[in-house]
Parts: sequence; structure tokens; C-alpha cells
Amino acid sequence: MSNEAVLHAPTTTITHHHDAHADHGHEHHHHETFITKYVFSQDHKMIAKQFLITGMVWAVLGGLMSVLFRLQLGYPDAKFPWLQDLLGKFWVEDGKITAQAYYALVTTHGTVLVFFVLTAGLSGTFANFLIPLQIGARDMASPFMNMLSYWFFFAASCVMLSSLFVETGPFSGGWTAYPPLSALGQASPGSKTGMDLWLIAMALFVVSSLLGGLNYIATVLNMRTKGMSMTRMPLTIWALFFTAVLGVLSFPVLFSGFILLIFDRNFGTSFYLSDLYVNGVTLPNEGGSAILFQHLFWFLGHPEVYIILLPAMGMVSEILSTNARKPIFGYIAMIGSLFAIAILAFLVWAHHMFVTGLNPFLGSIFVLLTLLIAVPSAIKVFNWLTTLWRGNIRFTPGMLFAIGFVSLFISGGLTGIWLGNSALDIHLHDTYFVIAHFHIVMGVASMFGMFAGVYHWYPKMYGRYLNNTLAYTHFWITLIGAYLIFWPMHYQGLAGMPRRYYDYSIWESFKQFAELNRFISTVAMVVFATQLLFLFNFFYSIFKGRKVTNQNPWGSTTLEWTAPIRPGHGNWPGEIPEVHRWAYDYGKDGRDFVPQTEPVGANESHH
Amino acid sequence: MTMYLVIAVIVLFFLVIFQISKAAEYVAVLKGEEQNRKQTNKVNAFLMVAFMVAGLIGVWYCNELYYKKTLLPLESASVQGEKVDQMLWITLAVTGAVFILTQILLFGFAYKYQEKESRKVFYFPHSTKLEILWTVVPAIFLTVLVVMGLRNWFYFTGDAPADAMQVEVTGKQFGWIFRYPGKDNQFGKKYYKLIDGADNALGLVWKDSAAMNIKDDAASHDDIVTESTVYLVKNKPVKFIIGSRDVIHDVGLSQFRLKMDAVPGIPTTMWFTPKFTTKEMKEKTGNPNFVYEISCDQMCGNGHYSMRGVIEVVTQEEYDAWMAKQKPKYLAVFPDKDPANKKDSTATASVAIK
Ligand code: HEM
Ligand SMILES: [Cu+2]
Ligand SMILES: [Cu+2]
Repeated sequence: MSNEAVLHAPTTTITHHHDAHADHGHEHHHHETFITKYVFSQDHKMIAKQFLITGMVWAVLGGLMSVLFRLQLGYPDAKFPWLQDLLGKFWVEDGKITAQAYYALVTTHGTVLVFFVLTAGLSGTFANFLIPLQIGARDMASPFMNMLSYWFFFAASCVMLSSLFVETGPFSGGWTAYPPLSALGQASPGSKTGMDLWLIAMALFVVSSLLGGLNYIATVLNMRTKGMSMTRMPLTIWALFFTAVLGVLSFPVLFSGFILLIFDRNFGTSFYLSDLYVNGVTLPNEGGSAILFQHLFWFLGHPEVYIILLPAMGMVSEILSTNARKPIFGYIAMIGSLFAIAILAFLVWAHHMFVTGLNPFLGSIFVLLTLLIAVPSAIKVFNWLTTLWRGNIRFTPGMLFAIGFVSLFISGGLTGIWLGNSALDIHLHDTYFVIAHFHIVMGVASMFGMFAGVYHWYPKMYGRYLNNTLAYTHFWITLIGAYLIFWPMHYQGLAGMPRRYYDYSIWESFKQFAELNRFISTVAMVVFATQLLFLFNFFYSIFKGRKVTNQNPWGSTTLEWTAPIRPGHGNWPGEIPEVHRWAYDYGKDGRDFVPQTEPVGANESHH
Repeated sequence: MTMYLVIAVIVLFFLVIFQISKAAEYVAVLKGEEQNRKQTNKVNAFLMVAFMVAGLIGVWYCNELYYKKTLLPLESASVQGEKVDQMLWITLAVTGAVFILTQILLFGFAYKYQEKESRKVFYFPHSTKLEILWTVVPAIFLTVLVVMGLRNWFYFTGDAPADAMQVEVTGKQFGWIFRYPGKDNQFGKKYYKLIDGADNALGLVWKDSAAMNIKDDAASHDDIVTESTVYLVKNKPVKFIIGSRDVIHDVGLSQFRLKMDAVPGIPTTMWFTPKFTTKEMKEKTGNPNFVYEISCDQMCGNGHYSMRGVIEVVTQEEYDAWMAKQKPKYLAVFPDKDPANKKDSTATASVAIK
């Protein structure tokens, strides 16, 4: 420990020096205009809010899309002439959602929720908001790059949105965009202009992620305040740090896959194409491999699910400990398991490809590595449970969502053990079992992590509280609804019902679920409407919520709650606080909590 | 009109919720926030156990409703699928036990350790013993599952028995083409540039082409090509050689518990042994419309959901009778090469001579 202090001392002093200067500049000379404060802001807190609100806009659009395609699945025979008036003939013909529109909706829904909502909206928001505040820094390592990161995301959003309005429709080949379908306009109208726009949007998005990720890593490694050694960081920061590392190492691979795809689409190369006869025409391409893309895609695609999940895990650890008034159980094991998950995340991608004709021996290695991930996941779950054990639990809205997260993570994680075993996956792959699995473990669970984070840090973001009654209503309906929607889908999967089907009525093997589909669609609509309640609460409370008067409303140990209730650019008006202990001294020696800034007392007990 | 009514009702509903929430906040401030917080804390703690109990009952009820609609109540229709089912039950037992245990602990702890004035928190930052326990125990269970899984995996993906019949399956947007090797038991060569929509859907090499540098392959002359329905024999292993003409598809055989992608340019294989004829399955399921369906399980375009194939499993005699009626595609396209026609033409010729 003392070694580390020596190592860190010089850098910290330099940082301090520099920061004091910057601080001076911001607080006294620089006059902020509307543009620099709200639009091209370089304040990490404002950028965080920009990510959050853009993410929320996409969540609403993506959710609305799921309501529309669920309408088709639940009521395949019904007609919706009013939808046709609303959306036009491309989407709805004769009062029925068209097959192409259905596939466009499913594809955009998946893409947008995975990348724009749960990557940008989740990491973008909380890495930006929490890293400087929790490690004691005035801002990111490069506030300018940070600003660019948001604006690249914004540009990506605009391009993706524009693809909804082109004549041949948005891309409709699934969010995984496998060629040859995604490479050939002849194979599907959605693979024409819509796919070009999709690729441009995704390329911009990758740039945004890299700019953000490099910044988060640099900030965590270099800008910690005095005394904030790595092993004193809150678990949120550890999780966000590993998330950034995953993104920086895997997004470039996805990017290279996209570049090759752009070449195949536009410049006549054959990276992914071979032996094709499409729509009555023989194509000249020979020698490519369609499977190559899947390797490149899933090399990002699998880490991506952890990019989505880790920030939620970090926030949940923090919120559970704070509201159980008890230290997180097994802090080092929690970091260790995050680390193990981050490493293994790179070594399991081919479990998405067991039935592509992958070499069976290679497949068996991936089975082993995939099921290995269950071990650090189990450690995390049991550590969370032990954190609750003999605590003194306060059910704040953030805490409820954190508990909901753990429940969902267990439910969805366990079915991963089914799917990771190739001999079972050969039966369940690409059925509704998979839809149930990844929605519960990644989609809804991470959404819960995000809600937990918003409810917990809202007072810090806006200096006001959200309305509690609305928050509790939101939580209970969403939790119950999520299980009602996704639990029965396991049964559809066990009947072999394939995903990405527009209509099941011609199938003797799958048509027995018509009634269940109607039920699921109805619940989905109710759950969607409940999210509007949250949205309303969020925006209403920014202006009219109860004001925060207590600097540390949850009784937390971490640094963000030592900053003023409405911190300015630079976060702390005076010196940056110094840290003397880890982040989880709750209930120690009979004290409710001991802030990280408090020096270790002479007769304090050791653990 | 009803549309507007529905919207009006929803808006009204929201307004009511909002008013109640607002009022609750005022009451909280008046009553004292601390006391109010304690009250809601009790409510939420109670809801936690209530949710857990209702949830577990819900899991049971869901199973009551839908178990019979899955494939599980019926025996697997292939020998290989039996192993899948066996594995599925073992995995369910392990994960199901963990599910029930952890969910009960989670919501149970939440209820039991809800905030109480009198409670003193137990400062318990770590315990190496416990952590080793829940690293090692899951690792042991997972090892068992991996070993069991890989044994099945190598069985499924291993070589088909030597006596297996072979069928080539080719996906196209949006349907299936099947090819049997014919009397010589050998698939003739094919080349995708020879594909033509009407006659030669697979691009079989039926004549010399100097431009493409290929020679007529006699083995292709007796190959049988059919679309949408494929005939297989009960208790006889069959090996599918799978490919695609355009985009990636997937041969999904839910009743046999297997699937394999159809990738253009890269042939894949899958073998299995059907256990029941289609007729037997109609009786077993009590469904006179029962068919074995091939569902495409890989997104392949706007018609993906309708890419359906049918497998007829029949007895050897029925199969032989069916096969005897099939005519090689080559002969259908070039009727003058058909010996049956030739005999006719020589006959007429001799008549003419007379
Ligand atoms: C209101 C809540 C949601 C509902 C009712 C819902 C429903 C569905 C359904 C039924 C499908 C499958 C459609 C098909 O294959 O035919 C689907 C696909 C998908 N959903 Fe959701 N979903 C919801 C929220 C989310 C969230 C929060 C995520 C974020 C991870 C997400 C990510 C995806 C992805 C990645 C796909 C696959 C898209 C594809 O096949 O290309 N969904 N969703
Ligand atoms: Cu994966
Ligand atoms: Cu398909």
C-alpha cells in the first residue's frame, strides 16, 4: 500500500495543480453560453445526460417497434386500418403489417436496443457520469474526445433514423446481419439502401464507442484522486473499466467485418460470397466464406453482451450494498469474477455458431469455455445474496430494481447453461428459447440495472427526487410483466418454434401457441405503457420534483456524494477530496456508514 | 372511433395514477418523510415475498398450461433425440434446483432483513471459505454437464453408419430441394453456374462445357431430384448433405431434435435415425394432420417464415414402391435419352420398316 502511495504521489500532485488551474478558468473567467453548456458541452455530467436522454428516445422507439411486431404475432388475422393511415403503405398494407415491415421492425428493434440503448445509453451515461465523480476527478482525461464520442453517437442515430424513411425500407436481415443476405440487394429489398445506411450508422457508432472507451480507461488509470488506489475503487468503476476494455478490444474487429461487407456490397469483392444463384441470376463470386463474417461479428457480439451487462452488475453491487447498509460481500472476488468474465468473454464467441458446420472439435472447446463462464457468474450471484443476508434493507426504487436485476440475471443465466452445451443447442438454437434467454439475462436485466442507476443517481444528476409512488408502480408492473412476457417463451422454444417468423399459422408444429402469443403481446403493450409512466416521472421531476436538501440522501460512502448537490463543471468547488479507505464501510463498528474521505481511526477494527 | 376511446381511457388512467402519486408525495411530506419511508418499506418487503410465492406458483401454472404443447411429452422421433431429451432433463434438474434455491434466498432475505430499528447489521466483508465453496460446487456440476454434453456432441457430429442412406438437401429462397443418388448410389457432380431456374435447379453436370472446363458426369444422370417433400425410411440412418443456393438457411427438425445450417459454398452434414413413420406419429399424437416439418431456422429474407419442407417417414416397402416411381431428373429434361422412350421409338421404327 505504501509503495503505491509513493508511486501515485507525484502524479496526483501534478493533476491537482493542473486541475486547480482549470477549475479557476471555469469558475471565474469562462462564461458559458447555451451552446457550450447544453449542446457542445465538455462537462462529463452534461454529456452523460445527453447519452441518457438520447438512449431514452431510442428505447421508446425500439419499444414501440416491439409493440408493433408483437401486434402482428399476437393478432395475425386482425386488420389495423388506422395503422395504415398512420404509417403508410410500405409498413401496413390492407390493414396488415407486411412481412418486410415485420422484419425491418425486428431488425431495427434489436440493433437499436442492443447498441443505442444498452451500450450507448447505459455505459455512455454511467461511465460519463460516475467515473470522474466516484474516483475524484474534475472531468474525463479528454473532455473534447468525450464530447466527440457523444456527437458521433448522435450522427449514428440520425443515419439509423433516416434508414426508416428510404423507399426500399430499413435493413431487415436481423441485427446480426449475416451475409450473403445482408450483402445482396437482390436477396431482400431491405438489403439495398437500408443496409448501406445501417452500416454507416454502425460504423459511426463504433467510432463513438472507441472514443468513449479509450477515455474511460485513461481516466480510471490516471486521474484517481489521492488515496484512491485501484483496490479502493467502487465496483461500479471496476465494472465500467472492464466494459471499456472489452469495447476497445472487440469493436475494431466488428468494424473490420463491416469494412469487408461494404467491399462485398459495393466493390465486387468476394470475402463472404461464393457459389450463388440469387433471384434467377448466377453471381460471379467464388471462394469467399459466409462463415467468416459470423466469426468477426460474434468476436464483438459476445463481448457485447457483457459490455451491456457489466455496468449493470457494477451499479447493482453498489446499490445493493448501500441499501442493505452492509459491505458488499467479497469485494476482491467481485473484481476477480469481473476480470474472469472479461477474459472469457473473448473466448466463447463460437457458441453462437455450433450449428453452422463448425468443426465439432473446435465446438467442444467452446462448450468448455462457455460453461466456464457460469463459475464467475455464480460467484457474483452468491456474493450478492450474502450481501443481503443480515443486512438492514431499505427498499428505495434503485434497490428494488437492483434486486429485480439479480432475480432476472439468475433466471436468464441458468438457461445459458442449456444453450452453451452444444448437444442441447443443436435442438434449441434459433428458437424462442433463445429469445427468452437473452431477453431475460441481457435485455430486461440490463434495463433493470439501468433503471436502478437512474433512480439511485437521479438526485445527483438533477438535484431533485423522482416521485416514489410512480417509481414503485413502475417497478412492480415491469418486473411482473417481464416474467409474464418471457417465461412462457421457453415453452415455445421447447416446441421448436423458430424465432424471426412473421406468421406461424401455416405450421402444423407451431400453431398451437396462437393464444399464448396473444397473451404475450397484450402484456407487452401494458409493460410498454408503464415505461411511459417512468418517462413522465423523469421529465416532470427535472422541473417539478421534490428538491434534494441532503447532500448525501442515501447515506453513501462514495465520493460523488461529497460534491455539492448541484455540482458545477469541475465537480468540487475547492480541493478534490482525499480517500482513506475502501468504498464499503457500512455498519462497521456499529456506525451506519463511514465515508471514503474519513481517515482510518486509531482504534478502528480491521477486517 | 374505438381507437380514440381507448386512447382517452389510457390518458385518463395515467392522469389518475399521476394525481395519486402527487398526493402521496404531499402526504409523505406532511406526515414526516422518515415515518412514511418506513411504511412503504414494509409494503415493499411484503410485496417481495408475495411476488416470490406468486411467481413460483406461476411457474407451476405455466407448466400446467404449456408443457403438453411442447415436444417433451412425446418421445423423441429420432434415436439421437433421445440423448437430447435425457440431457435436457438432467440440465433442468440441476438448473431448476439452483433457480428455486436462489430465488427463495433472494426474496426471502429481502423480506427477512428489511429495515428494522432494532437490527444491528452484521459487518461481513468476506469469507474465503464460503467463496471457495461456491466456486468449487458449481464447477463440479458444470464438469458433469460438459462431459455428458460432449459425449453426445461427438456422437451427433461423428461419422454416420456405413449403411446410412444419403440425401442431399439444398435450401433456396424460400423452399427446399432434395436429391437422391439414384441406382449407382453416387451423387453426380454439380456446378452452380449450370443452375437454371426451370430444369436444372441444382446445376447438375449433364453435358460437356468447354467454356467452364467441365465434362459430362454420367453419375448425375440417374440422380433423383424432388422439391418440398423428402421420403425417409423408419429405423434406417440417413445422412443429409446440406447446402444452399443463395443465402444461409437452416434445416430445422424439431421432432428429431436436430438442426444444421445450409451455407452457400460450404457443404455441411447431419445424420439421424427416424424412429416412427409419419403414420405412427399421427396415432401417437392423436393428430390426423401430423407431419414432420422442416422449418428454416436461419433468417433468410422476407419469406423465411414460410420456408417449409415435409419429411415423410415410411417403411422400407413403401419407400421402395415410392422410389420405383421416381424418374431421374436428367431423363425428364432429356426425354430422348430415356431408354423407356428409346424402346418405344425403336419399336415404331421397326413397325415403319415393316
Ligand atoms: C417490451 C419489451 C420487449 C419485447 C416485448 C421484445 C420482444 C421481442 C421479440 C418477440 C423478438 C423476436 C422477434 C422474432 O424473432 O420474430 C425480439 C427480438 C430481439 N430483441 Fe426484443 N423485446 C423487448 C425488449 C428488448 C430489449 C430491452 C432488448 C435489449 C437487449 C431487446 C433485444 C432484442 C434483440 C437483440 C432481438 C433479436 C433481433 C433480431 O432477431 O435481429 N429486446 N424482441
Ligand atoms: Cu455469446
Ligand atoms: Cu429461412
